[in-house]
Amino acid sequence: MAVHGEVWSVSDVFDRAPDDRVQVLDTDGELVGEPPDLSDAELIDLYRHMRLARHFDERAVTLQRQGRMGTYPPLAGQEAAQVGSAAALDDRDWIAPSYREHAAVHVHGLDLSDILLYWMGHGAGGWSTDANVLPAAVPIATQIPHTTGLALASKLRGEGSEPSQQPGDAVACAYFGDGATSEGDFHEGLNMAGVFDVPAVFVCNNNGWAISVPRERQTASPTLAGKAAAYGIDGVQVDGMDPLATYQVTRAAVEKARTPGERPRSTLIEAVQYRFGAHTTADDPSVYRNEDEVEAWRQRDPIPRLERFLRETGRLDDGAVEDIEASVRDQVSTAIERAERAPRPDPEEMFADVYADRPSALRAQQTYLHRLRDRHGDDAFLKE
Amino acid sequence: MSTETQNLTLVQAVRDGLRTEMQRDEDVIVLGEDVGKNGGVFRATEGLYEEFGDDRVIDTPLAESGIVGTSIGMAAYGLRPVPEIQFMGFIYPAFDQIVSHAARLRTRTRGRFTCPMVVRAPYGGGIRAPEHHSESKEAFFVHEPGLKVVIPSTPADTKGLLASAIRDPDPVIFLEPKLIYRAFREDVPAGDHTVPLGEAAVRREGSDVSVYTWGAMTRPTMEAAENLAEEGVDCEVIDLRTLSPLDRETIVDSFEKTGRAAVVHEAPRTGGLGGEITAILQEEALLYQEAPVERITGFDTPVPLYALEDYYLPSSTRIEDGIREVVDFP
Repeated sequence: MAVHGEVWSVSDVFDRAPDDRVQVLDTDGELVGEPPDLSDAELIDLYRHMRLARHFDERAVTLQRQGRMGTYPPLAGQEAAQVGSAAALDDRDWIAPSYREHAAVHVHGLDLSDILLYWMGHGAGGWSTDANVLPAAVPIATQIPHTTGLALASKLRGEGSEPSQQPGDAVACAYFGDGATSEGDFHEGLNMAGVFDVPAVFVCNNNGWAISVPRERQTASPTLAGKAAAYGIDGVQVDGMDPLATYQVTRAAVEKARTPGERPRSTLIEAVQYRFGAHTTADDPSVYRNEDEVEAWRQRDPIPRLERFLRETGRLDDGAVEDIEASVRDQVSTAIERAERAPRPDPEEMFADVYADRPSALRAQQTYLHRLRDRHGDDAFLKE
Repeated sequence: MSTETQNLTLVQAVRDGLRTEMQRDEDVIVLGEDVGKNGGVFRATEGLYEEFGDDRVIDTPLAESGIVGTSIGMAAYGLRPVPEIQFMGFIYPAFDQIVSHAARLRTRTRGRFTCPMVVRAPYGGGIRAPEHHSESKEAFFVHEPGLKVVIPSTPADTKGLLASAIRDPDPVIFLEPKLIYRAFREDVPAGDHTVPLGEAAVRREGSDVSVYTWGAMTRPTMEAAENLAEEGVDCEVIDLRTLSPLDRETIVDSFEKTGRAAVVHEAPRTGGLGGEITAILQEEALLYQEAPVERITGFDTPVPLYALEDYYLPSSTRIEDGIREVVDFP
């Protein structure tokens, strides 16, 4: 989805104090800031993508509970930050995601059934995209220096695929959580982004909890956005459950990244939000946080918030909402069917892409596995 | 010593070992991600926060290098930190601290400063886990002089080896086979219980072939040995328990009896401990050797995601197949 609109002037967004949180819609869906200059269709598309993400998430959790999928990290509550920010990127821009960014990577071009196949244990079997999206980083914060590297390469060379493109036109965008800001890679990646002044956007999806450890236990800093100052880059805090605000701020950061000028090209965006569900389906959040807290954050749910705004401004009515709901259900069902129809990968696929050219020892191991399967049959290996 | 026992799973034995050592020695401190209020993502530290408080069971920021580096400082000061790394696949940010500092603090100060620290981490595959949650990279740490490396395979050994590791004057990497965290129960001595580091256990005596293994691979190896016994092949199964330092004496004694050997590990084949064990046999018992040493291991590929992991991990079928190669030679 490529949406474009005029954004606030750079100084409005980046001269704020780190705790001066940007908001466009309040929790009732009332305008409290300047809305992005998006067409009705583009605004409705933001809404649709958030509904899609929520429904995908609900189905994915159910698939895991039914034993049809492995451990899965849910995103419910975090749709606005993912959809709003990814919608502000162009196709030529890059995303280096963590493992929870199903919505952001889908907006940027990943197929839903490929995302499902990864969590169904098929790994690279589900990698069929030409989008500029790196595979999800599971080790925390490790994708942050990659983002600096993507942006540095863009600054030095340009992307190459579009002849008209100037070096630095492609922006690299990292996604990571609040816990990631405690890792060394966060420091090293942002520090180098500042030193090399690269076109990067670092989106910190601060959902309040790194598994059981609250944000207050990650850092004694009053904000995460404020950490940007240490690296000489811009930092801004945004209401991460406000899709219009996350779009606005990300779009401003992207424009600034593309345009060398007075300000640092890199930005750290702290999108304040909440994970409604568990860290993963293997986690039980009732051990470490109480239901009142979850309920309080549910009042800030990004989806009804945008829906109320769209309805009250006459952009959306019951019929349109029903249509969106139906199409979202169809789309997710189709993706699940496609993923579940995919046959178990060929066991010898594991040898396929370890190197460009398979070394002889690896070929010998492949032959050995082939012989074993011939001798004993696949049933002798499979536990289920 | 008490003869009282508790019937525990392996992960409960981790907890019991930690608790017993924390009661015995107030210098023992647990720290890591989610080890406190949450009781650990595998519940290995459940209840410790409530019993010992947040000065001794410390929820840390999400920072593996910070957790281990902080532990090294605490150990140099005189405490006995037991940092937890949530999964072995996430230990690498701490690798620099472990190999550049923990492993050689004693050497660099001629013993003035030491690092009596135990880094606990669940390792290994077979639980349908996401990417980076199934690795078995014990060889990295065995390769580093100054570290000890321990992998238990039973609940009683888990408690006893963990207690010995905590009391050990040097840094220990304590890898827990999460595949069998809850696979079975065993009577574990209550209270004080140690199992010495550096001693292998003969899990099954046999005369035809020596099979060396450890951790989660011990069970399918035992299963293979029992199946082969029905065919008249008598396997001796040796659970190494401590991978550094290796119990060379037990390894060699068994081979001198059987003259044939297989090594089973789930780590990739190249550079795995199978090569080291084979070299020991060559050095110490060449003239007893009657067949090539067979390595039954993970492949030299990244651990595949779970749809294919049953093909990657040595199963009893594969282990039997490999052992037959050894006993049928020439």
